[in-house]
Amino acid sequence: MIRTRALTKDFVVSRTRTVHAVRGISLDVEPGELVAVLGPNGAGKTTTLRMLTTLIEPTSGTAEVAGYDVTDRPGRVRAAIGYVGQGGAGGAAQHVRDELVTQGEIYGLDRRRARVRAAELLEALDLTEQADRKVESLSGGQKRRLDVAVGLVHRPPLLFLDEPSTGLDPHNRANLWDHILRMRTAAPEPMTIVLTTHYLDEADTFAERVIVVDHGQVIADDTADALKAELAGDLVTLRVPAEHAAALATIAERAPGTRSVRVADGGVRAQAAGRAPGVEQTVEIRTADGPGAAPGLLRAADAAGVDVRRVDVARPTLDDVFLGLTGRSLRETGVDGAAPDPDEPTNAPTSATTKKEVPA
Amino acid sequence: MSAATLTPAPQASTERPLAHRSFVRDTRIVLLRELRPVARDPFSLLFGLIQPLVFLGLFGPLLVGSAGATLGADVWLWFVPAVLAMTTLFGSSVTGSNLQLDISSGVHERMLVTPLSRPAQLVGRALKEMVPVLAQSAVVLLVMLPFGLRPNPLGAVLTLLQLAVLGIGVGALSYSLALAVRKQEWMFWVVQQTVLFPVMLLSGMLLPLETGPAWMRAISTVNPLRYVVDSGRAAFAGDLASSAVAWGWVAAVVTAAVGLTVGVRAMIRSAD
Ligand SMILES: Nc1ncnc2c1ncn2[C@@H]1O[C@H](COP(=O)(O)OP(=O)(O)OP(=O)(O)O)[C@@H](O)[C@H]1O
Ligand SMILES: [Mg+2]
Repeated sequence: MIRTRALTKDFVVSRTRTVHAVRGISLDVEPGELVAVLGPNGAGKTTTLRMLTTLIEPTSGTAEVAGYDVTDRPGRVRAAIGYVGQGGAGGAAQHVRDELVTQGEIYGLDRRRARVRAAELLEALDLTEQADRKVESLSGGQKRRLDVAVGLVHRPPLLFLDEPSTGLDPHNRANLWDHILRMRTAAPEPMTIVLTTHYLDEADTFAERVIVVDHGQVIADDTADALKAELAGDLVTLRVPAEHAAALATIAERAPGTRSVRVADGGVRAQAAGRAPGVEQTVEIRTADGPGAAPGLLRAADAAGVDVRRVDVARPTLDDVFLGLTGRSLRETGVDGAAPDPDEPTNAPTSATTKKEVPA
Repeated sequence: MSAATLTPAPQASTERPLAHRSFVRDTRIVLLRELRPVARDPFSLLFGLIQPLVFLGLFGPLLVGSAGATLGADVWLWFVPAVLAMTTLFGSSVTGSNLQLDISSGVHERMLVTPLSRPAQLVGRALKEMVPVLAQSAVVLLVMLPFGLRPNPLGAVLTLLQLAVLGIGVGALSYSLALAVRKQEWMFWVVQQTVLFPVMLLSGMLLPLETGPAWMRAISTVNPLRYVVDSGRAAFAGDLASSAVAWGWVAAVVTAAVGLTVGVRAMIRSAD
């Protein structure tokens, strides 16, 4: 459905400054896939989408979308794709229904069929009540549903969504996703969807494939589960009295499956019921299989006289994946594509919660 | 890597013909979309009338006082065509701000991703300018009838049509400006205001140019608005076959042609 080779986009901002927004992305997306493109601000997600949707021409490289080259046959590509951009799709002063009818006509429906299609979409996206109101009067969630409806008017086999749920509250996000997934399966042949998002949980839950982009390059591309298992691993956190921390770290390092061990800086003053007060420390262990490793760790600790007070096993998040790949947390990072050296993180991990080890 | 190394597009052999696209149909879609908010809320057009009515109400009497001696009872035949040209100029030159809104909100980008013809997106928008120009001019004429305005009826109708053509041109130029400065939005108003007043004063709209210095008259010869204003005055007075009217049409049509040409080019290059 999509095939890019060494796709590149440079923006010449001034005579001395060129922004390398996209640096050689090669991708293949098969029909029916649901792909999430994940990356920090300025990673080049929107720029990539804008090239794939014929809005801007690549500086170099090639892209074929729905079977057509984006530069040679933009008209063909436009007719085949749906696009929900980072901005809105409905004119502020226009009525909701009118915008859908107009879009239907743009894609070649006659007025009657455009009205039927508009009514279908209003119904499907829960906008019937708002149909005869001005777009500017809609709530954020309603507006975004209208944008999606506009993108679906011509039943495109391929839909691009640029941050569809940004700015929506959790309830509205879930609701929007409900609608998107329903429209996807309602299509005669499952729609191919490529979306960008900042919400890690969203990519995690809905996408069948996650492409991580940073500094205009693809740095990882797999299912969310595979990425997490390969690049992050589970996190087992044990709390012990400060004087036992070193011993526990040694035990953990020897345990099978351990990838890295970190003793958190600074102790926690604890007053557990029935125990003498004392300073406790946390030992964080990255391991391939957390739930499987925990019992063994506890037995070994017990045998060595290490007094484990709390245990926590966390499955990794996509943020851990990004952290593992770049040493930066996706949540905290904004990257300017214009950074002179792409290998130099603009935002070094400094926060206490950031873990430094890079998995083997 | 070059395109040659890619396998040919799977659809290439069994290519379905694209839905038939006609420029006229696309233009009509854009035009009707632009007209819808106006049709829903025709009173919004009244705002565009405040300025001309202020000129008629507060400048007209001054003119009667000062130029009344030379122009006599025909002062309205002289001034109202100018006010109509002013209404057209003021109204159509701000229309680019609507496109600016659509650019910043993402609506314009959305339109560019559809197969809608790009020239049609400019032409449809510019053609819409005819509607406010005609409606507002008609209101001004009606308002002035009780005050003694008695234009040649055919002359008045032809002047309104000429102004509609001028409005297409001015609107298209306004859209071109909005597209040209889309990365520094504030520039739109700077340029619009900077151009607006010289164009207005150098058209002889408010005071006769004949009494001005030679250099002003020289500059005004390249100001299309001057010819449209002169044409309106001649037509209102019933001088329909005069060369002033002919030049007015030339100026209006040339403005529209230049505006549409510039605008279409700006529209085609407006994606990044
Ligand atoms: N038209 C442009 N001119 C100059 N620079 C641009 C232009 N468009 C994008 N850029 C730059 O290219 C880089 C990539 O931008 P892009 O919008 O693709 O990022 P993104 O991944 O979509 O970010 P976000 O998550 O914030 O939407 C950024 O540094 C941005 O400033
Ligand atoms: Mg973006």
